Amino acid sequence: MSGAPPPLGEGRSAFHTRRRLKGVVFATLCGVATLVGVVSLAVLLVDVVIDGLGELDTAFLTSFASRFPERAGIKAGLVGSIWILVLTALFSFPVSVAAAIYLEEYARRGWLSRAIQTNIANLAGVPSIVYGILGLALFVRALGFERSVLSGALTLSLLIMPVIIIAAQEAIRAVPPTIREAAYGLGATRWQVVSRQVLPMALPGILTGTILALSRAVGETAPLIMVGAVGFIAFTPEGPMDPFTVMPLQIYQWVSRPQDEFRALAAAGIIVLLVLLLTMNAVAIVLRNRYSTRI
Amino acid sequence: MVRDNVQMSQSDEGADGDEPVAPSVVSQLGLRKDRSRKERLIAGLLFACAAVSTLVTVGVVAVLLGETVMFFSQVSPVEFFTGTEWTPNFRDQNFGILPLLAGSFMVAVGSAVIALPVGLMTAIFLSEYAGSRLQGVLKPILEILAGIPTVVYGYFALTFITPLLRHFFPGTDVFNAASASIVVGIMIIPTVSSLSEDALRAVPNALREGAYGLGATKLEVSTRVVVPAALSGILASFILAISRAIGETMAVTIAAGNLPNLTLNPLESIQTMTAYIVSVSLGDTPQGTIAYQTLFAVGMTLFVITLAMNILSQWVLSRFREEYQ
Repeated sequence: MSGAPPPLGEGRSAFHTRRRLKGVVFATLCGVATLVGVVSLAVLLVDVVIDGLGELDTAFLTSFASRFPERAGIKAGLVGSIWILVLTALFSFPVSVAAAIYLEEYARRGWLSRAIQTNIANLAGVPSIVYGILGLALFVRALGFERSVLSGALTLSLLIMPVIIIAAQEAIRAVPPTIREAAYGLGATRWQVVSRQVLPMALPGILTGTILALSRAVGETAPLIMVGAVGFIAFTPEGPMDPFTVMPLQIYQWVSRPQDEFRALAAAGIIVLLVLLLTMNAVAIVLRNRYSTRI
Repeated sequence: MVRDNVQMSQSDEGADGDEPVAPSVVSQLGLRKDRSRKERLIAGLLFACAAVSTLVTVGVVAVLLGETVMFFSQVSPVEFFTGTEWTPNFRDQNFGILPLLAGSFMVAVGSAVIALPVGLMTAIFLSEYAGSRLQGVLKPILEILAGIPTVVYGYFALTFITPLLRHFFPGTDVFNAASASIVVGIMIIPTVSSLSEDALRAVPNALREGAYGLGATKLEVSTRVVVPAALSGILASFILAISRAIGETMAVTIAAGNLPNLTLNPLESIQTMTAYIVSVSLGDTPQGTIAYQTLFAVGMTLFVITLAMNILSQWVLSRFREEYQ
């Protein structure tokens, strides 16, 4: 890389050897640093699988929580998480995509759209527990939704909306301007351009961002503790106004017990949760890779 | 640039309001009026959705501020910000937030010590050293690391890292700040690495080639040309990662404990602001009591700190950005 230095004595060549050596050391250090993340993930996954695989069977998936570890299962959490997933998607997706369309295709570039944009960036950095406090005061108390699936889903919708909006904006921005210009040239109105040209092309990107945001919602615990999801229920919600629990909360309840049997249950719960999340991530990545080359 | 022009031309069109009416057939005029009414309705609906995000901020501030004001009508701000004891649930109530603040900052510093160097070096490796095939393997792995729920990190800290720590430091508490710091550090590595990598990639190749042309080695190009050129993005990623560590809840609740403890020893049990909020909402604290209001006062403190850091990170990004055109 540094080429052949002019032979000006041994001091010079030692200098170059040292430079090269430093380079090798630095490259190795960077490689090792990269491995820290990779190895941590591997150790974490192996640790969880070793602890939890023994508990994982169909009885675990079809039983409710119990004081007796050998009878306990994650059914309430699993069903609750799916309720939360579906309702959160229903609430957050349309509003977020509409907001992204407004900011990219409609908003005049001025202080108002800049303020909205800055606000969204800031909201994305607000700790999830603060959303929990908002959910507690607004949905549980002020609007009287009580400790229900609805309160939980609305709270998580607010939490992931900034994430979906930012992802959707990027996807919409990636649609080439020529497409819009051609449609306008044919006499299309703005909404026709957006709904028939821009959105279909941006959809894979929007969906990828949405799925990743939803997988974040499914893994959230703290805001749902705030809105009062309970860890110990022996039924599944039948409607949006019923009390509920979710898998991460059930896992937290089991982790906080000192007995080893409950720790093993927590590990088994984590395996189920991670399988769900990794499936969602895989779908998102496939979507991204399949359609990213088209534009 | 191209995008800006398009947006400009669109907004000019929007500024005119009504579409120009062609002096032609009457029925066509009716169709146009219909169309423009529908268009305006849609634009209004889309704007309403964009405005929801603003309402969320207003809601957060209003909710936090309302109860915080009630709290400060009973506890003096001086006691709150300078008191060294936090015992809202004891008979002898003390409302000094310093132990909670110290807990949060200890975890933030501890995790930063791990995540900032590791994350930055990961970013340098990915952007300057790794080939495209290696990147294709490593980047999804880091994305998965970023997607692991925090409750899982809490489990990992309590059942794997804490026993390890107690093996090497026998006096370590079961719940301790060090274990929480380590997992939070691992958790925020992807935040640092992905944002820093973006910043490093944005440095134009001409700078690298110029340095190579002067005989620099790859190490010199990376550390003395590329990293300084990307410094604003790297610093922004650092601040954002630390802000995430301060706001992190479940891993610290599970691993660091629930003992408000003003200490500098990472092997002792502590309580962070976030862990305190969780502990209040898990118990039966009746609405309207001062113990209930502490939840909002602590939440407000947490919100202000993280918001300030996020704004700082955006400011660093825009203020010190090097423009390459």
